[in-house]
Amino acid sequence: MIEFCSVTHAYGDRAVLSDLSFRLTERRVAILGGNGSGKSTLARLLNGLLVPTGGSVTVDGLDTRTDGRAVRRKVGFVFQNPDVQIVLPTVEEDVAFGLKARKIPKEEIARRVTAALDRHGLARYRHQPAHQMSGGEKQLLAIAGVLVLEPDHVVFDEPTTLLDLRNRRRVIETIRALPQKAVVVTHDLDMVMDFDRVLVLEDGRVVADAPPAVAVPAYVERLS
Amino acid sequence: MLSTRDLVLCALFAALLAGLGMAPPIPLGFLPVPITAQSLGVMLAGALLGAKRGGLAVLLFVLLVAAGLPLLAGGRGGVGVLMGPTGGFVLAFPVGAFVTGLLAERFATGANPLRLFGTCVVGGVAVVYAGGIPWLSLVAGLPLEKAALGSLAFVPGDLVKAGVAAVAAAAVRRAGVLPAVHA
Amino acid sequence: MLGLYLHRDSAVHRWPAGVKMGGLLAVTAGVMTLPGAWGAALAGALGLGLLAAARLPVGRVLRELRAPVVLLTLLFGFQALLAGTGWAEAAVAVARFAALVLLATLVTLTTRVADMIDLFERVFGLLRPLGVNPAKLALMLALTIRFIPLLAEQVREVRMAQRARGVERSIAALFVPLLVKIFTMADDLAAALEARGYDPADNGR
Repeated sequence: MIEFCSVTHAYGDRAVLSDLSFRLTERRVAILGGNGSGKSTLARLLNGLLVPTGGSVTVDGLDTRTDGRAVRRKVGFVFQNPDVQIVLPTVEEDVAFGLKARKIPKEEIARRVTAALDRHGLARYRHQPAHQMSGGEKQLLAIAGVLVLEPDHVVFDEPTTLLDLRNRRRVIETIRALPQKAVVVTHDLDMVMDFDRVLVLEDGRVVADAPPAVAVPAYVERLS
Repeated sequence: MLSTRDLVLCALFAALLAGLGMAPPIPLGFLPVPITAQSLGVMLAGALLGAKRGGLAVLLFVLLVAAGLPLLAGGRGGVGVLMGPTGGFVLAFPVGAFVTGLLAERFATGANPLRLFGTCVVGGVAVVYAGGIPWLSLVAGLPLEKAALGSLAFVPGDLVKAGVAAVAAAAVRRAGVLPAVHA
Repeated sequence: MLGLYLHRDSAVHRWPAGVKMGGLLAVTAGVMTLPGAWGAALAGALGLGLLAAARLPVGRVLRELRAPVVLLTLLFGFQALLAGTGWAEAAVAVARFAALVLLATLVTLTTRVADMIDLFERVFGLLRPLGVNPAKLALMLALTIRFIPLLAEQVREVRMAQRARGVERSIAALFVPLLVKIFTMADDLAAALEARGYDPADNGR
C-alpha cells in the first residue's frame, strides 16, 4: 500500500502539489492530468526519487524520507523516455545493471536476465547495442530492466507517450499482464479503461477520484 | 565525492566530445583549415562543469580513445595516435578542461562571455598547446620554436572555438540549468 | 561500440592487454634511452616481427599509420630543407617515433576495447588509497559508450540546423539547446540510475 499524508511539494517557491492525502491499495491505479498538473512530480514521490517538501509518503509502512533505499527496492519506476533510462551499452548489460547494483551473485544475474529477456521478447537482441533498437523495443527494454528487479509495485510515467500504435499496444499488454501493483501516470485514456481506480490531477490537487467509468468522462469534460 | 548526477554529467560531456569528433569539420571562410569541434568540447566541459568534473569528463574521453575507440576527429583512435606527433594535444585535453574549469570557478562564475572567453583561451588553447608543442617537438625532432611556429596555423581556429564556447557557455548559464559550479 | 580492434587468430591477439601495454611502455623507455638510431632500428624490427606474427592485413595497418607518417615526413622535410642543420637528430627522432607508433598501433589493433578498459580499471584501482573509485570509473566509461550514439545524433542535428539556416556566426546559439538538454537529461538519467538501486556512496565492487 502507498499512502500520501497531507503531501505538498514545491520547487523553490513554486508549489506543484498541495495537500494530497490518499491510499493506493488497488492493483491498477491511473493518474490523469494535463501538462503542468503535477503528475510527473507525484510519480517521482511514489518511489522516493523526490521526497515531499511537506507531509509524508509511505510505501508498505516505509517512509520515503527516511527509508529511501528500501522504498526504491519495493517500487520500480519506468520513465517516459527510454533513452534516459537505458544506461549501459548493450541490452544484456543494461538489464543486469540493477541486479549488479544489488550485488546479486553472477549466476543468478545471468539466469534472471535470460528470463527477463525471454519474457519481453528481447532475447535476440541480447548482445546488441541498445541504441540500434526501435523506440518501442527500447521501452520494453527499459521495462525489462525494472521488472527484473522484482519490485512489489511499479510506477510508469507516461509509458506510451512517445510510441507508435503497435508498440503502444505491446507496452499496454505488458502492463496489463504484470503480476505487481501498478500506478500509471498517463494521457492514454484507452489504457486506463480497465483500471481499478483513476485519480485526476489539476493544478496540484486531486479533482476526481473514482473508477474509470466515472473519472475518465469527468476528465474529458474538464479538458474541453 | 561524485554524486550520481556528476557521474552522468561527466559521461554525457565525454560523449559530447566524441559526437563533436564525428561531425564533419566546420569550414570557416577566412581560415585556411576547417575547424574540428573537438577542442570546443574541452572548453565547454571546463566552463560548464568546473575543474574536477570537466577534467574528469575529458579524461574519460581520452581513456576511451586510448582503449581503441575511433573517437578523434577523422575516426582516429588508439594508443598509436596518442604516441604520434599530435598525441600531446590530445593528452593535454583533460588538463586544458581542468584549467578552464579552475579559472571559470575563480574568475568567470557569471554569464559574462568576455570573462568566459578569457578562461577558454587560457585553459582550452594555451594549456593544450603547452602540452602539444613540446610533444610535437620531441616526436618530430624539431626545435621547440619551430614546433610552435608550425602549430600557429591552428591558433585562429582555436580562438574562434574559444569564442563559440564562451558565448554558448554564457547562454547556458543564463538558462539556469546549471547546478552550483562550486558544489 | 566497435573499436579499431581487428580480430585474427594469433598469439599476439591472445596476449593479455596488460602485457602488451606494459611491453609498449618498456620498449618506449628503451628506445628513448638507447643512443642514436639503435633504439629505432630495434623497435622497428620488433614492430615488423609482431605485424607478421599478428597476421594483420598490411594495408589496414598502413592506413592507420598514414596520418602520423605523412605529418612526420612533412615536418622532417620542412626541417631538412629550411633549417639545413640538425637534420640527423631529426631523422633519428622521426625514426624512433615511427617505430613506436607502429608498435602502439599494433597494440590497439590486437586488443579488444573491453580488455583495454578492464586494464585501465585495474590500474586506476591502484590509486584507491588516493580516493579513486575504480567502480565509478568503470560505470562512467560504460555510460559514455552508451551515450556516444545519442550525442553523435544530437550533434548531427545541430550541424544540419546550421547548414539549413546557412549561418556560420550563430554556431554558439545552435549549441545552446543541446547543452541545456544535456543538463536536463542528466537529471533524468541520475534519477533512473538511483531508481534502479544505484547508490553513489557504495564503494565496493
